[in-house]
Amino acid sequence: MLRWSRVLIYALLLLFTVFYLLPVYVVVADSFKTLREVNTTSIWQPPHGIDFGAWASALTPPLVGSGGIGPGLVNSVIMTVPAVVVSSVWGSLNGYLLSKWRFRGADLVFAFLLFGMFIPYQAILIPLVQFLEKLHLYGTLAGLSLTHILYGIPITTLIFRNYYSSIPTELVEAATVDGAGIIGVYARVILPLSIPGFVVVGIWQFTSIWNEFLFGVTLTSDPSVQPVTVALQNLAGSFAALYNVQMAGAIMTAIPTLLAFIFLGRYFIRGLLAGSLKG
Amino acid sequence: MRSRVLTIVLLAPAVLASLVFVYLFIAWTFYASLTSWNSVRPLNGILPDFPLVGFANYQTLFATARFWPNDVFNTAVFTVTFIVVSVAIGLLLSILLDQRIRGEGFFRNVFLLPMALSFVVTGTIWAWIFNPNTGINQLLDPLGINALREWLLSLSPLTPLWDLLDFLRIDILRPGLTTDSRSALGAVVVAATWQMSGFVMAMLLAGLRGIPEELREAARVDGASERQIYVHVVLPQLRPVLVSVVVILGYISLKIFDLVFVMTRGGPGTATDFPSIFLFVSAFQSQLWGLAATIAIVMLVVSAIVVIPYMWSQLRSEGRA
Repeated sequence: MLRWSRVLIYALLLLFTVFYLLPVYVVVADSFKTLREVNTTSIWQPPHGIDFGAWASALTPPLVGSGGIGPGLVNSVIMTVPAVVVSSVWGSLNGYLLSKWRFRGADLVFAFLLFGMFIPYQAILIPLVQFLEKLHLYGTLAGLSLTHILYGIPITTLIFRNYYSSIPTELVEAATVDGAGIIGVYARVILPLSIPGFVVVGIWQFTSIWNEFLFGVTLTSDPSVQPVTVALQNLAGSFAALYNVQMAGAIMTAIPTLLAFIFLGRYFIRGLLAGSLKG
Repeated sequence: MRSRVLTIVLLAPAVLASLVFVYLFIAWTFYASLTSWNSVRPLNGILPDFPLVGFANYQTLFATARFWPNDVFNTAVFTVTFIVVSVAIGLLLSILLDQRIRGEGFFRNVFLLPMALSFVVTGTIWAWIFNPNTGINQLLDPLGINALREWLLSLSPLTPLWDLLDFLRIDILRPGLTTDSRSALGAVVVAATWQMSGFVMAMLLAGLRGIPEELREAARVDGASERQIYVHVVLPQLRPVLVSVVVILGYISLKIFDLVFVMTRGGPGTATDFPSIFLFVSAFQSQLWGLAATIAIVMLVVSAIVVIPYMWSQLRSEGRA
């Protein structure tokens, strides 16, 4: 009886493993196919060999002006890195103040900031376009980066506030007795204890900003400044029938966040859970 | 006292940014939705300098078949199906993984892996899997699934069921998949579930691990079977986590854009069109900014109905703790 239920559990888990890994198999296997194989095999058949032709075409297509995700990858790095750094540091400061220097109405301020996390961004998209145009930041990576910083504040503040509430307030009090002020305590006591918090927030922000599409597709119009998600979507237009090129593009788009997931998975999950308020 | 002032000064940039880029921008969008700004002419001042037309854009929107009933119908079907299927799979997986499994870490990582991907990547892959000519049909036809599918669809007692699924556009037995308006929405639901059910599993597993072992032990001593323990002891304890999960999935599905945009572009016809896609087309292709702002406000209101009570209860329960 007990043994049979164990068998059933593993059978079900393996079944779901197939469901989750089948698309992974498809994307990897098909990215190694040649043009000839695309025409003669279904997406399920393994490739004859490892051919990086499709990867090269996805990065820089042989036809001029037909897109390619190469520039998109570079743009995404340029856009993502400063946005992750600034929104994390900013969130850390907010979270520190809201949890360790509580004042009347601190919870109200927190709720006020948090609301921005729960709106559909469509509700701010049109004025954002106008605003960025006025500042001549529309269609620039700086504008995209700034957007991601601004709308990253709620989540980074939330995660850091939860994180700092687990740091004993006595540490802060001891430092203030020694004469440290708000900034002194932050620099000497809080920051050195914040590394795990920064890892969680950093991975969360990196993943969300890298993977984002709505801002990317609406705040840029020129392919030379589009992030990689938009470039990948355009690839489907210029290589409509060539699934090998599209799959290669999909892999390369996914590699940075996949690496973060593989090597820092524990922190990734923590960020995932923290994103749901309770942490 | 001095520190109080400094605290507020240091928090001010975030508060100001939030005030402008969230609250004032929402007000701006609402104002735009009340104007006749439905042309390519760029704005001169800070606010849309077009005549106010009251709620005319709202009347137009709800008189447009593409939005009402079509987009609202799709959003409702998608939201309910996506939440039910994701929660069912996530719950099953979390309970399975809670049985002291060998290789738990491996399974957990496999189920969570799609969470690291962009919806654009997911959409690209699943568009090919659900392509009727190259995709899943090719894999399953040799296994006899086509015959089974035709047989199932021809069973007359099941006809009402297929009619219902056809009507809901989630009848993925239809071989046309993303090209058939009776199944296209179902294809998008499967892709979305593939991406998000691991998140549900992670949340619920964390919830399960948070339940004190003594509670289960006590029930065991009282002679409860493992199944009874799950139904009567464990699941009620998971309720708060389940509420979080449903709200988060609901928030995601009410504004879903990238996945659908990449997989089907809202088609065939408007079979998988959503307010977000209609908004995108209205604003950035048709230059109907007033109408687009109206769609945005409707989306915001619907999301707020789901999210604000949740945020409120979370912050309150936190205050009590």
